[in-house]
Amino acid sequence: MKIYEYQAKQFLARYGIKVQPGDVAETPDEAYRIAEQLGTEVVIKAQVHAGGRGKAGGIKLARTPEEAREKAEAILGMKIKDITVSKLLVLSAVDIESESYAGLVMDRRTKKPVFMVSPAGGIDIEQIARKTPEKILKYPVDPFFGLMPSKARELASFLYSDRQQVKRVMPILSGLYRMFIENDCSLAEINPLVVDKNGIFWAVDAKINLDDNGLSRHPEFEKLRDPEIEAPQERVARESNLSYVKLEGNIACCVNGAGLAMTTMDVIKYYGGEPANFLDIGGSSNPKKVVNALRIIKTDPNVEVILFNIFGGITRCDDVAEGLKEAILELNIGTPVVVRLTGTNEQEARKILSSMGIEVHTSMDEAVKCAVALVGKERR
Amino acid sequence: MSIIVDERTKLLVQGITGRDGSFHTKQMLAYGTDVVAGVTPGKDGQTVEGVPVFDNCREAVESTGANASILFVPPAFATDAIFEAKEAGIETIVCITEGIPTLDMSKLYWWLRLGSVTLIGPNSPGVISPGKSKVGILPSGIFKRGAVGVVSRSGTLTYEVVHNLTQAGFGQSTCVGIGGDQIIGTNFIDALEMFAGDDETEAVVLIGEIGGTDEQDAAEYIKSDFRKPVVAFIAGQTAPPGKRMGHAGAIISGSEGTAIEKIEALKSAGVPVAPVPSRIPELLKKTVENH
Repeated sequence: MKIYEYQAKQFLARYGIKVQPGDVAETPDEAYRIAEQLGTEVVIKAQVHAGGRGKAGGIKLARTPEEAREKAEAILGMKIKDITVSKLLVLSAVDIESESYAGLVMDRRTKKPVFMVSPAGGIDIEQIARKTPEKILKYPVDPFFGLMPSKARELASFLYSDRQQVKRVMPILSGLYRMFIENDCSLAEINPLVVDKNGIFWAVDAKINLDDNGLSRHPEFEKLRDPEIEAPQERVARESNLSYVKLEGNIACCVNGAGLAMTTMDVIKYYGGEPANFLDIGGSSNPKKVVNALRIIKTDPNVEVILFNIFGGITRCDDVAEGLKEAILELNIGTPVVVRLTGTNEQEARKILSSMGIEVHTSMDEAVKCAVALVGKERR
Repeated sequence: MSIIVDERTKLLVQGITGRDGSFHTKQMLAYGTDVVAGVTPGKDGQTVEGVPVFDNCREAVESTGANASILFVPPAFATDAIFEAKEAGIETIVCITEGIPTLDMSKLYWWLRLGSVTLIGPNSPGVISPGKSKVGILPSGIFKRGAVGVVSRSGTLTYEVVHNLTQAGFGQSTCVGIGGDQIIGTNFIDALEMFAGDDETEAVVLIGEIGGTDEQDAAEYIKSDFRKPVVAFIAGQTAPPGKRMGHAGAIISGSEGTAIEKIEALKSAGVPVAPVPSRIPELLKKTVENH
């Protein structure tokens, strides 16, 4: 789960890492009031889950509260990578002396949290890695010992040559590590980590992703979720324990199992069609899940054909067929439906579906070809 | 032979009294798996499908000599259950549970490597050596004993592929679902190493998906060290970047983990990659003949 910069900074502040004073504004007047209270030059930052905010014009300086109001007016409602800006972070500006990068990521290859630091702060770390990999120090942290002081010192010394600065940045690095571990993060970045004219360190920008599997340990994180950034269908899917990702095509698919669901999309493409979505109804599916799945598919106006691909194992084919029958009647589905079923209780499922005049395929390829052939032919 | 599980497997079911645990205990017994014990804390003394239930793994292992375990335990308790199984002396742990915190997996991974425990999963459909033993939730009917090893990050996609293999006359030595999470106990290379040393396995089908670099690492390994024929399939060629496709591990992050880079890596290691699962058997036939 992604959280916003302002939320990420609240996490950091709890671990003794300095962030600029400020607050969140949703209107130009709120931005004015925050700037007035701060009484300093302010920076106004769009709160969106997208990189390149600065380039897109989503970050602006303002010297007076009036100017803050004007700049806020300009940024609110602007689109950054297709996301409309509805929240701003208004902060006291910092006089930047130098910028560096400090981040942690849960790394699949080393299977450890990997610390990354770079004296080339302020730019995207992937870009630094591509262009000047020698400017990054990576260190896989032992998950049992954590970030030992000797290693924190080594990382700090890669960032700064001045002893005072090394000493001052060490608690920031260990604080970042503790924050990462205690909150089950999958990514935590301070970029840039700024030293101001007085030698004080500030986390000027921050990004935190939380491990979805870790959320169960932190029920309080649920309130950090912004329901507006999820497509409405994706939210309904999450709440009914389905995984759904909307795509641009016109053949909707409803599949049991994530791997098979991805494959179904690939096979649709292979035979010349375009998948409208990824949808995994999961393992032990009951008829209600199928109804919910179709409810979600029904909201997509691009859909011209609905393809079911069920490989019965723990999923019983007759459960899926029951759900499909229920959904077609209850939701008044007029879109043509193509079904592929094989495995547990396949015969029972065939009986249910043939009573409704639905043809059942046993091969995925045949079912997909049939769905592709139907596109454009049966517009209703 | 075969890998991971066989007729010597004496299975302990952790979470045996739950809905899934009891259902699949019945299925595994029906397949012929030697299920010797179950564990649910506080429910010792009961039986499930005739299998004695113990309070903890240590007692179960002492009384029955169980050497493998399977977990049907909710994610909040699964880390502890894996820990407990290892401490009790279990050698092979198959984790069906989905949703174990990644940080816990990081610790478990390195801790288990200190000993000689094999962890399959988490988020795995299990392992089957057809005709010998099934430790998992895989539908028994599609498998057939034979010489093809199957290793996959997925569940139902594996069934699809195995179904195609069996229909084409290719039986399987062992099929292992290594799991769909970001950090898993046994990765492709580990499974390939086991298949390399297994005299019953003559060829391998590798089923990967988007996310991470395990398939690329496997390609490197195959190129340098693996001598048996391999064919592959990679799911998610049409998956958009940055979106999690069901499995926690199935996500293209930045430019890393795309299907195309995995397919390229495998092809450059001499591994043919099927465009769709239905083409795997013919590709396998050709690869075995030309090997």
